[in-house]
Amino acid sequence: MSKYLLKRLLLTIPTLLGAALLVFLLLRAFPGDVCEIRLAGTGMYVDQEQIDICREDLGLNRSLAWQFWDFVSGYATWDLGNSMWTGKPVTHEIALRFQLSLQVAIMATLVATIIAIPLGIISAVKQDTWVDYVVRIFSVFGTAMPAFWLGILIILLLLIYTQKWFGAPWMPPIEYKAPWEDLGHNLSQLIWPAVATGYRYSAVAVRMTRSALLEVLREDYVRTARAKGMMESVVINRHALKNALLPVVTIIALEFAFLMGGLVVTEQVFNLNGLGKLFVDSVLQHDYTLTQQLVMLVVLIFVLTNLVVDLFYAWLDPRIRYS
Amino acid sequence: MSTPHLAVDPIELEDAPRAPLLLRMASLAKRQPLGFAGLLVVVMMVFAAVFAPWLTPYNPLENSFEHMLVAPSAEFWLGTDQFGRDILTRIIYGARTALFVGFICAIVGAFGGLVLGVGSAYFGGKVDLLFQRVMDVFMAFPLIIMALAIVATLGTGTDKVIIAITIPFIPQCARVVRSSALSLREIPYVDAARACGFSHLRIIMRHMIPNVMAPFLIMITTFVGQAILLEASLSYLGLGVQEPTAAWGLMLQGGAEEYAESAPWVPIFPGIAITLAVFGFNLFGDALRDVLDPKLRNR
Amino acid sequence: MKRFIPGLVAAAVAGTALGLAGAASAQTPKMGGKLTFVVASSSPSFDMHRETTFGTVHPIAPFYSLLIRVNPENPQSPTDFQCDLCEGAVPKATNDGKKYTFKIRSGIKFHDGTPLTSADIKATYDKIIFPGEGVPSSRKAFYTMVESIETPDPSTVVFNLKFPSGAFLPAMASPFNGIYSKKDLDTHGTDWHTKNVNGTGPFIFVNHVSGAGVEGKKNPNYHHKGQPYLDGFQSIEAPKMAVRLQAIRGDRAAIEFRGFPPKARDDLVKALGDQITVQESDWNCVLLMTPNHKVKPFDDPRVRKALTLALDRWGGSQYLSQIAIVKTVGGVVFPNHPLAAKETELTRLAGYGKDIEKNRAEAKKLLADAGLSNLEFAFTNRGVDQPYTVVGTWAIDQWSKIGAKVEQKVLPTGPFYDTLRKTKDFQVAMDFNCQSVVNPLADVSKYLGSAGNNNGAYEDPVLEDLFQQMNRSGSESEQYNLMRRYERRALDEAAHMLVTLWWYKINPHRSYVKGWKIAPSHYLNQQLDNIWLDK
Repeated sequence: MSKYLLKRLLLTIPTLLGAALLVFLLLRAFPGDVCEIRLAGTGMYVDQEQIDICREDLGLNRSLAWQFWDFVSGYATWDLGNSMWTGKPVTHEIALRFQLSLQVAIMATLVATIIAIPLGIISAVKQDTWVDYVVRIFSVFGTAMPAFWLGILIILLLLIYTQKWFGAPWMPPIEYKAPWEDLGHNLSQLIWPAVATGYRYSAVAVRMTRSALLEVLREDYVRTARAKGMMESVVINRHALKNALLPVVTIIALEFAFLMGGLVVTEQVFNLNGLGKLFVDSVLQHDYTLTQQLVMLVVLIFVLTNLVVDLFYAWLDPRIRYS
Repeated sequence: MSTPHLAVDPIELEDAPRAPLLLRMASLAKRQPLGFAGLLVVVMMVFAAVFAPWLTPYNPLENSFEHMLVAPSAEFWLGTDQFGRDILTRIIYGARTALFVGFICAIVGAFGGLVLGVGSAYFGGKVDLLFQRVMDVFMAFPLIIMALAIVATLGTGTDKVIIAITIPFIPQCARVVRSSALSLREIPYVDAARACGFSHLRIIMRHMIPNVMAPFLIMITTFVGQAILLEASLSYLGLGVQEPTAAWGLMLQGGAEEYAESAPWVPIFPGIAITLAVFGFNLFGDALRDVLDPKLRNR
Repeated sequence: MKRFIPGLVAAAVAGTALGLAGAASAQTPKMGGKLTFVVASSSPSFDMHRETTFGTVHPIAPFYSLLIRVNPENPQSPTDFQCDLCEGAVPKATNDGKKYTFKIRSGIKFHDGTPLTSADIKATYDKIIFPGEGVPSSRKAFYTMVESIETPDPSTVVFNLKFPSGAFLPAMASPFNGIYSKKDLDTHGTDWHTKNVNGTGPFIFVNHVSGAGVEGKKNPNYHHKGQPYLDGFQSIEAPKMAVRLQAIRGDRAAIEFRGFPPKARDDLVKALGDQITVQESDWNCVLLMTPNHKVKPFDDPRVRKALTLALDRWGGSQYLSQIAIVKTVGGVVFPNHPLAAKETELTRLAGYGKDIEKNRAEAKKLLADAGLSNLEFAFTNRGVDQPYTVVGTWAIDQWSKIGAKVEQKVLPTGPFYDTLRKTKDFQVAMDFNCQSVVNPLADVSKYLGSAGNNNGAYEDPVLEDLFQQMNRSGSESEQYNLMRRYERRALDEAAHMLVTLWWYKINPHRSYVKGWKIAPSHYLNQQLDNIWLDK
């Protein structure tokens, strides 16, 4: 087992290095740089001199090799550089948003799980009946609607109906407070994006739950249990569910990895100061240092999640360990 | 997810590579009402897109300020937008953009994935290992970020949007195809075929590819829906297809931001169009998966 | 809904504080409360000398004072300046218009306790006007008339000019010229203010959460006694317009200082009625199109003239003002400014005539003469809805009416600027001229081929000459005539640029916010010291 773990750990290194190289090159391959954008502003005077000064300051004039070395060697000293846009340390910028994104990701995953598993079970048990169809329509609907549409609708409906019922329109807070600072404020802000996102992401999990359960319900031991005269509900709960949940948990874990940094549109709609928004801003501003570190973070989360899932499978199924 | 399975026995496919697939699709309607409904939506969209000029009385691009923001009426069935353009006309023409973008991204992306996935699975060894690592890197990026980065650097416009959406699709498809194809490599049949002197290409074309058709087709239908949604998201961020082109995502974004209350028909109808289209493709794809995946057939 | 539309009425040269302001401030301000406002853009740094975006001005201006500023009670007037750090009235020029002597108030302290003297003023303006090697100063070029700055004693600052200039005082009132402490600049260098705040303004810096907002608290030792009325403020960053609108509606924010499009205002008014007050004004920003003179066929003045003739500005104004933040038809000068063209003169310029069919016929003929009846080109635009892509969509439709087939190439802000100024990889591009203090003599420099913010890649000695003459002239009527010739040359004879419509500022805000008067620019009057909350 530990040999497998070691092998998988070692394999993450080329992935991370590859990601670093890829994002580094991609960012610099294209025109426009952060100095232009900062100084361009509103069409007022901009000397080329100012832009040159700025580029010099940020090390943009150095060779690509130097810049890449600067980037990668920073990990050894935990000096991840400063944002080219604000000048503040990248770790500071990211840490701020990480907290919020993590909370939203966790809450959304919870919502998705709460929706998906019961619905998936019902849909599998009642396969091809109208119940099955309704569940499938409901869950596909979530993924069919554009993300921002659902978000805008939620806020608009909140504003309109709170005014109708209570006299004054109410909107979720637009600035973030940590849960230990003001729990009410925190939850009243984040519950909405969590529900909107959770609903959309539940669709995949519903489908997986349904198909996994269907697969398991056809297994021999389930047939045996039925032949023995067990009640259907006992068959499902005691025998089928446990085995079916394995791929479902996998899917949910992988979805979680995507929620960190992937909620670009949702964050814009609900005005969340999260990793998605940071991503968009840093890409559009050509803030190389920040974008690089963000990408590495997202890749790291993804790689780690995959690793955990793979290890879990290997632990369960020894055949995989020895392949 | 790590237990691949065969859709069809390879020997069977030697004789009739296509027929089983067609037969299966014919019985879809009877056994998969949802999927059939999805198919109907898709067909309707294609019809609208192809016959757009004959179906619409108005010009989708011309400004007509005398009729700005007219509510749905006999003259303008779905109302007009802020430039006085008929919304129904723009939705029908929007089907063109949606399908154009959707199909190209889906097909090119899926084909790219097919080639890379099958190739990697077939050749195995170091090639496969390297390929897996590279795909891992791409997979780690959320779709929207990659699309955003590409558009931010290449610029906006229909062609750039297509590139931006296609590129993230390739690794997605490659991964799925590869895991399907992996199982086929182990079959002694392949080794025997090699021993007989069949070329790599022939083996791939005649034995591996037909067996990954199922996931491949399913990915295409998923991709069309995803492409339409991605275009809408990119438009929301200001990076998608641009005015004055008729595109649902663009119409929705413009309407949602400013006219959600004063002229709700401006965002509602494009929103419905997108939802319906994606709905259709997803339901169809779902049904396709149920049908092509033998393990999920009715007990 | 309560509505104030001061712009057109109050831009009187007399400099009197006009009645509209009076109506609102007749009540006694209540002390206390925290103002929450939303800002569309984030700020790269805290250094106002360096930055150019309103994303910096809105949260940071309250922390600093200016030497002279636009009168907060009458910000619509382009000539009503008031002493902020100086004492008494704004000084008149002496020594044949080449010397300005400012007396500085006594007893003013920076937020860290350091007393303010004339040395701080000099240090600040040295940094702005004569920045050293490697020090960025975005508005340096506005002060080319300044020869030197002297401080004969701790409470006097003297500016010596090379030549008399009507553009000097307005430039001194620039909201970006926050006065820094000489001590800070000497001990910490010129970069310190990018991350630190130490000013003499009505509010003291509390904190900044990256990507979220800035918080400030009241300065109890503010030199305008009795102010500020507020206990503090909180700015919240919200890039999406729908969010900003909803925030005001849901009372998560009280006001937004840049502006909303007309339909947004209508939604708010419809939903909240009396709880919303709307202030509107002309805006010192204009959208124009810049043909790239180095790219054929835009080097041909006939083609450029045809493009400007095709635009129905008067019709466009009527309709676009309902869906975008543009409104007034104008030339190169801020509408209703004394130096602006009267309508009779304006309509004589190419593209400004009221007979659009005649204009378009002439345009088609010009294109035919140039052999380009089927002109096709790409129009590069900035990916911001209001008003860029809206006006762009309109323009493309207008050009289609003279047979030109135009494709809109939209770029996000970053690549857009890069294309416009560096790579010049465009045929015709959307452009703009946005200034803060209304200062037409300086503002119209945009049309000079030599200007730093001109993107047309051309040289026009006639324009350069007219500009010099205008700026050296002491007589207002002479300036006016020269301005007309300048305008005709830029927009008609050579048709270097196509001015479209001037922007229109619409600020709906919660009615309990009192004291804030709309200015013709979203950079002006943002110190927030005269704002109070009627709650």
